[in-house]
Amino acid sequence: MSIFNIPIQLFSTQIMLGLINGAFYAILSLGLAIIFGLLNIVNFAHGAFYMLGAFGALLLLDHLGINYWAALVIVPLLIGLLGCVIERSVLRWIYDLDHLYGMILTFGMSLVMVGIFRNMYGATGLAYSMPPSLQGGFNLGFMYLPASRAFVIVASGLVCLLTWLAIEKTRVGSWLRAATEKPQLTEAFGINVPLLITLTYGFGVALAAFAGVLAAPIFSVNPMMGSDLIIVVFAVVVIGGMGSISGAILSGFMLGLVEGVTKVFWPQASSTVIFVIMAIVLLVRPAGLFGKQD
Amino acid sequence: MTEINTSHAADTIAFPKGEAAALGMSRTHLVMMVGLVALVAMAPFAFYPLFVVKVLCFALFALSLNLMLGNLGLLSFGHAAYFGLSSYSAAHAAKVMGFTPELAILFGVVVALVVGAVIGALSVRRKGIYFAMVTLAFAQMVYFFSLQARFTGGEDGIQQVPRGQLFGLISLQNDMTLYALVATLFVLGVLALYRITYSPFGHILRSIRDNEGRAISLGYRVNLYKWLAFVLGAGFAGLAGGMKAISFQLASLTDVYWGMSGEVVLMALIGGMNTFFGPIVGAALVVWMQNELASFGAWVTIVQGLVFMVCILAFRKGILGTLGQFLTRKL
Repeated sequence: MSIFNIPIQLFSTQIMLGLINGAFYAILSLGLAIIFGLLNIVNFAHGAFYMLGAFGALLLLDHLGINYWAALVIVPLLIGLLGCVIERSVLRWIYDLDHLYGMILTFGMSLVMVGIFRNMYGATGLAYSMPPSLQGGFNLGFMYLPASRAFVIVASGLVCLLTWLAIEKTRVGSWLRAATEKPQLTEAFGINVPLLITLTYGFGVALAAFAGVLAAPIFSVNPMMGSDLIIVVFAVVVIGGMGSISGAILSGFMLGLVEGVTKVFWPQASSTVIFVIMAIVLLVRPAGLFGKQD
Repeated sequence: MTEINTSHAADTIAFPKGEAAALGMSRTHLVMMVGLVALVAMAPFAFYPLFVVKVLCFALFALSLNLMLGNLGLLSFGHAAYFGLSSYSAAHAAKVMGFTPELAILFGVVVALVVGAVIGALSVRRKGIYFAMVTLAFAQMVYFFSLQARFTGGEDGIQQVPRGQLFGLISLQNDMTLYALVATLFVLGVLALYRITYSPFGHILRSIRDNEGRAISLGYRVNLYKWLAFVLGAGFAGLAGGMKAISFQLASLTDVYWGMSGEVVLMALIGGMNTFFGPIVGAALVVWMQNELASFGAWVTIVQGLVFMVCILAFRKGILGTLGQFLTRKL
């Protein structure tokens, strides 16, 4: 069986790899969108928190023998807590300033974090051993689907869905949406907006750390892993527009798929195709596919 | 909140009112400009010439970034793209195509202008923070291109670029001769950027920053002005990149990487992005810091990150901005 003379195995494998990349784009751009909505900060350090998540899983396994499944819960909690501390101690001081300052400040933060890990572990990748329950896979007839990769796609899809439900359908989510639109008015209704801001940053950062734990067994764990990724996620965010939660999730998965398909037909272009799409979106719909004009 | 200057107007890069002017400069600026030229002329006798060459290249690079950042409040977060592409182009022209150094640098500038014109036209369609993200993303695209294209030499870069003979006559092999060329280009670049900043064009840029809606209603084609500033900024970044490639006989992936884009932002920030001369001071400081910390590996990154954070949290006016406030003079 083949599509355009390309064996279907190759095609579906690249689709799967595209979906995995898309899953990471979706979780990261989701976190960026939530944080930007409430804090008005483009969190450049998001990639560094993703890296911290992967290293967190690695260190827990190596030093404390804590396995992958426990790390999926513990690491996001710890990193989320770190995020809350950073919000209270550092970010709090710049909310009244231009957005640029927030981006540059978090850029500086990510340089520090990446630098510390490069000092300790060098620039080469470390391997995280695959948990036994994720070894093996399913034969789908037209392709072989490794369990580890299937899990990443399902888990991240689920987390995105839950986050969307939490924001759109729960009471705390409604506070978040209210505070995003009109912070002062929300505060006047007796909602503790500063606390909400702290928790939102912690949650967004925890999402990035969760993605990092997911990435640990399938990519190599290295200090630079988040820095290049975050710039692609910026392009995803420009394409999708930061105004909408579902838009961020959707464009993340979509662009991952596009990247996968490009890899089949024109491998050299796969690293730049997202930027080309960004250029087209800027020409045709400058505000982004799901965004409002800024 | 869209403009970078939320404080009162006295902090801006704008021409000081009421100060006696000569040669189109305020007296303070005239003194500083003369001081700068004198410093550039004497520096190679006090320091290692190639170190000063590096400072001058990066100072011009930082000034080119600040043309947009200081006057329009727009951060071109991927400014390394124009610096790096020009560096590659100049190196390729000098090594493979046999261009003389001045033509190789010119070729680099032209490439930077063309790429800047395309990316600029797309980027000015978004404002504020999105502009920063868009320019950063396009720069990453340029980086991926440089990684894959054959003429850039991939991970190796273009090495052993000949310095060649200026106009086919004067060999640049001697560091002092090279210094004379770089210093001349630097001073000409600074004078041109100064002229642009304080021309009617520069005033319009600042009016767009301070009140874009009003500039539009006055009939200015705002996006055209932003685009022109972008292209000019890319061109001067290209000049800096070409000078760097010829001087250090090397063009590499470092030149186009986002780390380089971050470094040049740091230079403008430390020196004072709301001053004309600030980025020069910032560049000297950052290059000096890199030299001092060169043997400590990733510590350079950590220190840079910390300096970034301190600058944003407590020192937003930068060195010249703070000094100017202290002296109640616009530096």
